[in-house]
Amino acid sequence: MDMKEKQPITPVTPVPTPSVAGEAEANRNGPSTTKPNSGSAKGSDMPLDGSDKLPNLSMAQLENIQDTSDEYIDPAREPKMYADNVSVYYGPKRALQDVSIRIYEDLVTAFIGPSGCGKSTFLRCLNRMNDTIPSARVTGRITLDKEDITSSSMDVVQLRARVGMVFQKPNPFPKSIYENVAYGPRIHGLSKSKSELDGIVESSLKRAGLWEEVKDRLQESGTALSGGQQQRLCIARAIAVDPEVILMDEPCSALDPIATAKIEELIHELRGRYAIAIVTHNMQQAARVSQRTAFFHLGELVEYGTTSEIFTNPREQRTQDYITGRYG
Amino acid sequence: MSAATQHPSSRWTDEAMTRRVRRRYISERIFRGTGLAAISLSVLFLAFLLWNMGSKGIGGFTQYEAQLPIDFTKTDLFLDPAALKGPDARETVAGADLTTALSSAAQAAYGRDAAEMFSDAAVEKLTDKIVADPNILTGSTTLWLPVGSKVDVAAKGNGDPAAERVVNLLNQKHALHRAFNMQFLTGADATDPSSVGVWGALKGSFYTIMVTILLAFPIGVLAAVYLEEFAPRNRWTDAIEVSINNLAAVPSIIFGLLGLAVFLDVMNLPRSAPLVGGLTLALMTFPVIVIAGRNAIKTVPPSIRDAALGVGASKMQVTFHHVLPLALPGILTGTIIGVARALGETAPLLMIGMRAFVAAPPTGISDPATVLPVQIFLWSDEVDRGFIEKTSAAIIVLLLFMLLMNGLAIYLRNRFERRW
Repeated sequence: MDMKEKQPITPVTPVPTPSVAGEAEANRNGPSTTKPNSGSAKGSDMPLDGSDKLPNLSMAQLENIQDTSDEYIDPAREPKMYADNVSVYYGPKRALQDVSIRIYEDLVTAFIGPSGCGKSTFLRCLNRMNDTIPSARVTGRITLDKEDITSSSMDVVQLRARVGMVFQKPNPFPKSIYENVAYGPRIHGLSKSKSELDGIVESSLKRAGLWEEVKDRLQESGTALSGGQQQRLCIARAIAVDPEVILMDEPCSALDPIATAKIEELIHELRGRYAIAIVTHNMQQAARVSQRTAFFHLGELVEYGTTSEIFTNPREQRTQDYITGRYG
Repeated sequence: MSAATQHPSSRWTDEAMTRRVRRRYISERIFRGTGLAAISLSVLFLAFLLWNMGSKGIGGFTQYEAQLPIDFTKTDLFLDPAALKGPDARETVAGADLTTALSSAAQAAYGRDAAEMFSDAAVEKLTDKIVADPNILTGSTTLWLPVGSKVDVAAKGNGDPAAERVVNLLNQKHALHRAFNMQFLTGADATDPSSVGVWGALKGSFYTIMVTILLAFPIGVLAAVYLEEFAPRNRWTDAIEVSINNLAAVPSIIFGLLGLAVFLDVMNLPRSAPLVGGLTLALMTFPVIVIAGRNAIKTVPPSIRDAALGVGASKMQVTFHHVLPLALPGILTGTIIGVARALGETAPLLMIGMRAFVAAPPTGISDPATVLPVQIFLWSDEVDRGFIEKTSAAIIVLLLFMLLMNGLAIYLRNRFERRW
C-alpha cells in the first residue's frame, strides 16, 4: 500500500473490514487527541445522539482532515488533478466552500453527499463546465498536471477534450452510433483518414463494452439504444478523444440494476487508463467502484480519504450519520 | 371522523355520489359536443369558401371560341403573302388593320350585333395564323377564334341582351365552343378581361418571395442564434428582444410606408420592382422568423449542448453541429408561417407601387411587376363583368401557389426531422 509510516498522526489502520460502533468510536477519537481544539467537542458531545447538531468545523480543521486523508498515498506522488481551496458562487449564493481535493491516476475518486451539497458543482469545475452558467463564479486554483486550468490562458475546448465527462442522463447526440463516437475525434482532427477514424470508433466502443452489441448497426440512431447502452455509448464518446481524466456525474442514476452493474464493471476496467472522478448518490456504488471517497455536505468538503476508511471508520460524525442513513 | 365510521363501499354508491358522476358525464359530453360543433363550423366555412371560389373561378380558366368564316379577299388588308417571309413578318401583319377585318367578317356572318364579338385576343391569334401560313390570305377560310369579353360573359350566362343574341345565334349554328384558356396561365394583365393572364403576377410573386426568403431567412436565423446562444443578457439585448417582438405586431401598411421612404426615396431603387417588394416583405417577415427561431433553439435540450461541450466542442461547433440542426424543423415552421403571410400581403406592396398596370411578365427582380394578391385586388376593382371570374380564378391560382410553397417547406422540414 501507499501508506506512509512516518506520518505522526496515523492511528487508524486502513483495514477495510467493518468495525463495530464502539471500535469506530474509539478510532474516531484517536486523531482528535492530536487536535486539542476540536477534541473536546468530538469526544463529549457527538456520540450516539443522532439528533445532535452537526459540528461546524473551522477551516483549519478541514485542512487537517484533508492532510490526514492523504496518508495512504505516497506524498511524493503527483496528483493528476489538484483542487486548491475552490469555492463556487451562483450569483451571491455560495454553493461550494473552500474545497481541496487531489485526484490520482489509476484511482477512482467518488464524491458522495446529499442532494444539493455541491458535489456535482465541484465536478463541473474540473472541466470548467460551470463556465456555461453565466452567474457562476469560481475562486481558488485547480490544476491538471500542474497546469492551472482556471486561468484565462487555458483553452477550455482543449481542457474538455482532456477531461471528458459523462452526464447523469444518457445524452447521445440524435445521430448514428458511429457519428456519436466519431464526433469528438473529428472536431479535434485526431484521425487522418476514414479508416483511422473507423479504428478509433471501434476501439472506443470496445473499451466501453458496447462493440459486440452494436457492431452490426453502427448507422442506427444512438437514441434508439436502451438506457444502459446509451450511457455506455456516452462513455465511448468520452473516451474516443483519449482523455486523461473522466468525470462521471451520477452515471447510473437513470439506469436499472443490470445496466448499473455493467457501467460499474466498465469503471473498473477503465480505471487503469484514466483518472476517474464519479459523483454518486448511491453509497454502495461508491463503496464498490471507488478507492477514494469525498463526502460533501452543505457545500463543504466534510471528509476525504480512502473509501474503506470513509465507510468503515469515518472520522466525522456527519459522515458517520450519512453513511448509516440518518440523513441524506 | 364520520367518513371513517361510514362503510367505504356505500359512500361510492349513494345518491349524491351518483348524481355527481352523472353530472361529470354530462359536462364531458357537452364539452365534446361543443368541440365537434366548432370543428364542423370551421370545416363548413372552408368548404363554402372553396366551393364559392371554385364555382366562380373555374370559368376563368376556360374561354369561349367562335367559328368565323373569313374571306380575306373581301377585306381591305392589303397584305402580300409573298412579302410575309422573314423576321419582319409579324410586324407587317400587326401593322394591318386586323380588328376591322374581323369586325366586318363577324358582321357578315352573324349580323350587326356581332360587330364587336372579337377582341384583342382574337386579333393576336389571327396574327399568329397569318404569320404561320401567309397563303390563307389568298382565299377564304374558317377559323376558331376566342370571343371577346362581352360574348364570353354572355355565353357563361351573365351577359347583356345584345351579346346574348349573338350567343344564341352562334349556338344555333354550332359555331361556339368552350376551350381551355391558355392565355390566362401564360399572359399578364390587360385591359380586356378575355385576354388577361396570371403569369405576370405569378412571376412577380415568385421573384418577390425569393428576395424575401433569401434576405429574411439567413438574417433571421443568424439573429435568433446570436440572441439565444451568444448574446450576453443585459439591458441592450432585452431592448432588442422587446423591439423584435413589437416589430412582429406592426401593421403591414406601415412596413409599406417604410419601404417607400427608405428603398424608393433614399436608396432610389426602381419603383414597382420585386426587389423593393421583397425587401419590404423581408422587413415584415424577419421578426416572425427571429421569434420562431429563438423558440425552436430554446427547445433544444441543454443535455445536447452539455454533451457536445463535454467532448470539447467549441461554442460555435455546438451551435452549428447540434443546436441549429435540431432547431431547424421548428425554424422552418416559423419561416413557413412568415413567408405565407408575406405571400398573401397586399397593403405594403401598394405603397411601393406594385399596383401599377404591368402588361408584360417581369424578366428579373428589377422589372416592374405586380404580385398575385395585388393583381386580385386590382381585378376585383374593375368594372367589366369579365373580371369577376378572373378574380376568383386568380384566387384559386394564389391558393394553389401557397399550397405548393407550403408543401415544399413541409417536405423539407420532414426531411430534416427524419435525418435525426
